[in-house]
Amino acid sequence: MTTEPAAPSFFARAVGRALGGSLLPVAMVIVALLALWYGAAVLLNAPFARSMAADPAALGLSELIDATLSQERPVLPAPHQVLWELKKSVFDLPVTSKRSLVLHGWVTLSSTLVGFGLGALLGLLLAIGIVHVKSLEKSLMFWIVSSQTVPILAVAPIVIVVLGAIGVTGLVPKAIISAYLCFFPVTIGMVKGLTSPDRLHVDLMRTWDATPAQTFWRLRAPASVPFLFTSLEVAIAASLVGAIVGELPTGAQAGLGARLLAGSYYGQTIQIWAALFAAAALAASMVGLVGLIERLVLAAMGGRR
Amino acid sequence: MSDLAAVPPSPAEDAPSPAPVTMELQELGAYAAAGLAALAALAPLAIGVAWWDAGASGWLLAAAAVLFAGIVPRLSGGLGALVAATATAALAAALLLAVHHDGVGGRIGLGFYLAFAATWAASWMLVQRLTDLSGGSDWRGRVIDAAIPFVFGAFLFLAWEAICVGFGVPMVLLPAPSQIVTRFFASLPILGDDFVQTVVRAVIPGWAIGSTAGFLVAILADRHPFLGRGLMPLGNFVSALPMVGIAPIMVMWFGFDWQSKAAVVVINTFFPMLVNTVAGLSASGRMERDLMRSWNASWARTLISLRLPAAMPHIFAALKLNSTFALIGAIVAEFFGTPIVGMGFRISTEVGRMGLDMVWAEIVMAAITGSALYAILAFVERRVTFWHPSNRGR
Amino acid sequence: MLGGSNVASAGGTEASDATSPHRVVIDAKELDLVFDTADGRVHALANVDLTVREGEFVSFIGPSGCGKTTLLRVIADLEQATGGSITVGGVSPADARAARLYGYVFQAAALLPWRNVLDNVTLPLEIFGVSKEERLERAARNLDLVNLTGFEKKFPWQLSGGMQQRASIARALAYDPQLLLMDEPFGALDEIVRDKLNVQLLKLWAETAKTVIFVTHSIPEAVFLSTKIVVMSPRPGRIIDVIECDLPRDRTLEIRESSRFLEIAHRVREGLRAGHSYDD
Repeated sequence: MTTEPAAPSFFARAVGRALGGSLLPVAMVIVALLALWYGAAVLLNAPFARSMAADPAALGLSELIDATLSQERPVLPAPHQVLWELKKSVFDLPVTSKRSLVLHGWVTLSSTLVGFGLGALLGLLLAIGIVHVKSLEKSLMFWIVSSQTVPILAVAPIVIVVLGAIGVTGLVPKAIISAYLCFFPVTIGMVKGLTSPDRLHVDLMRTWDATPAQTFWRLRAPASVPFLFTSLEVAIAASLVGAIVGELPTGAQAGLGARLLAGSYYGQTIQIWAALFAAAALAASMVGLVGLIERLVLAAMGGRR
Repeated sequence: MSDLAAVPPSPAEDAPSPAPVTMELQELGAYAAAGLAALAALAPLAIGVAWWDAGASGWLLAAAAVLFAGIVPRLSGGLGALVAATATAALAAALLLAVHHDGVGGRIGLGFYLAFAATWAASWMLVQRLTDLSGGSDWRGRVIDAAIPFVFGAFLFLAWEAICVGFGVPMVLLPAPSQIVTRFFASLPILGDDFVQTVVRAVIPGWAIGSTAGFLVAILADRHPFLGRGLMPLGNFVSALPMVGIAPIMVMWFGFDWQSKAAVVVINTFFPMLVNTVAGLSASGRMERDLMRSWNASWARTLISLRLPAAMPHIFAALKLNSTFALIGAIVAEFFGTPIVGMGFRISTEVGRMGLDMVWAEIVMAAITGSALYAILAFVERRVTFWHPSNRGR
Repeated sequence: MLGGSNVASAGGTEASDATSPHRVVIDAKELDLVFDTADGRVHALANVDLTVREGEFVSFIGPSGCGKTTLLRVIADLEQATGGSITVGGVSPADARAARLYGYVFQAAALLPWRNVLDNVTLPLEIFGVSKEERLERAARNLDLVNLTGFEKKFPWQLSGGMQQRASIARALAYDPQLLLMDEPFGALDEIVRDKLNVQLLKLWAETAKTVIFVTHSIPEAVFLSTKIVVMSPRPGRIIDVIECDLPRDRTLEIRESSRFLEIAHRVREGLRAGHSYDD
């Protein structure tokens, strides 16, 4: 028989891979980016620092650098300034504070998740319909693909304003925009996934005279699981973008998008960068979570494929 | 080798062969359309308005009812579909003429609902008929394959128009397609200026620069594996981030004009191209690469002769994706501040003024632009990657 | 154009009619199958006459494109003939499929990767609505038949190619069909494993008394396994010879050196060469 070595745990493998593979290069690239960032911050902020100094000519290099990295509204805030702002607005301020990123992050996250749920469900149902009903495939696929060549986010203000006009505000309009962005990757991915079984497997089901429902649950659905997770990762990232953009047109009072907009109105660059990093952290953790669930599910479905 | 080769390769067969909707069900659809149309003709179109008052719509309704009841169920094949299409078009025309008749909008009655239901039944039946006829690889098959989404889309737009006009939906809520089209052609100069500002100045240069840069960095990362191993996890990470968020920063750095929008587009298009090109460069087969090695081909030669051609489907996927990202990036960046021109500027100001027909006209413009970019890229792609399985047999 | 070949095939079937008292399982008359492809029409089967009786082990042999797999797929109702008639177990192929009269083994094992060996073998029984106890009982019996007892909890990727194919045979036998259709089941395996599986398959055939139809392009395999060899030829796919293989039923690998074996193999090779004469 084939003997397989006992599989190391997922974490052990991840750590091993990181050490053996890309941890060092990634660290180097990050260090290089940080150095680049500090350099750029000094360069970009220097003109303002000079103009502020009593005697620009007498400004020493170390003083200049100090001045460039501690401005209140720098052209490019230094990494530590952004981190400091993040720490302050996440941990120091009470959650109820209007400047708390936890509050704004939660507002954005909640509409992201609702939109993601709606969009993924819609995408799933559409894919099941398209795979099983030929006339749906023929009539819908063209429009689903075309709908994506339209810059959907341009529709965002309309959704917000129109729903606002009939009294629907807050989470729902943003969730609708997110759902619109979500459904497409799920539909396309699941149509691919549900038709991914080999011809051999489909023929096998036919030799047993299996019903469409039996073929779906025993063959198509399990075969589509890897495709489902891949498309969900794309969809949840898109959903967050939808929620953030949905917060822009009304000058929404809360949410990461609102923080971006307010920051840009008042020239609060540090606030913009902090909101940007919060959004990035949110996106990364959501995608990471979906990826983790994917690994667990695939491991439960027999591991290596 | 097995003789599986004798079996025609048809990807469509991987899909479960859906049971064709039986002829009886389609006949039922035709009779339903006929019955509903006939009933509609007898019912009032709107308060105090009969179908016979609204131009030719009464006659069209009657003609459609006769065709659906008398001819459609008896004719199958292409001719039957043609008659069904004619009858459906007559129904649609009757409905359109009727809702636009004076004194109908906002006061519709039972006749409207019945005619709308008839049109729905007729369109559904027509789509089913065409689907049963589809699948041919000759010109006839292609026409049918194009006709099915057309019928579906036409019904959607008809429904939009009929509902908006029929119920008298206020324009600030949802303008009817006719209003949007009118506004579109009335505002062509403005739309043209916006197009130049957003697409010509920001989207296309930004898209070209961002895609080229992403491609070049991917080649560099391929040449220097250490760089690649460091860059790729970050690239994958960044391409999942909400990159439109950098728009306010770019607006601050590069000013309100098109430069900041182009910068947003560059950043939005860079990472998808980087990630896809790297993926594409590993798409060539192990055996083919070993073959190149056995000929002692240099890295550059292997790249040009083998790996770049093999990567083309991925690269075109990124280019297509990027054309949409670029448009989105530029429009959203304009929400953060622009000179008084540009598609995003127009959308955000007209939304504020409740000029929804102009907003929709701008979206039509964006849709046309997006589809055109996509179509051009798809056309070039098919020429370049003609060898790819997805392009064969066309 | 097919005169000669028809005579040969008709002669073959008549010979077996005379000698075999068993029930006819497959009866095909003047089968035709034309595919319409993007590249034009492909005549996959032309004027095929074939009779298979209960308990026979029939091999289809021929070069690529000769229609041997297509013929098997017509028997299995995976393709429909465009002309002629065919019955499987006395009924139409579609009814035979609905009645689960046959088990099909593909060239690849086609095990579902997310199911372990046991769950793969019980899959058809689940689909037929067999109770759980009976599913497990039948799976155990058939896994024992293919010497896979003890591997129930393994996933397909943990098995060698030969073991995977044995699992797929156990799966095909799980519902005890009277007919076993095998489409180059050992084609992807190396020769040593193939020899071993051939011996096991003969033993299994003797134990279960199934009727087997076996597609192959290996002459030694066909001669070693079969009671009847159907030689086919491409463009259009047709039967050019039917050879009775009258070696004793309890065969060992050594029989391949016997003169009778070589004689039959020679006749098969001659038939294949005749079918090939006008091209390649």
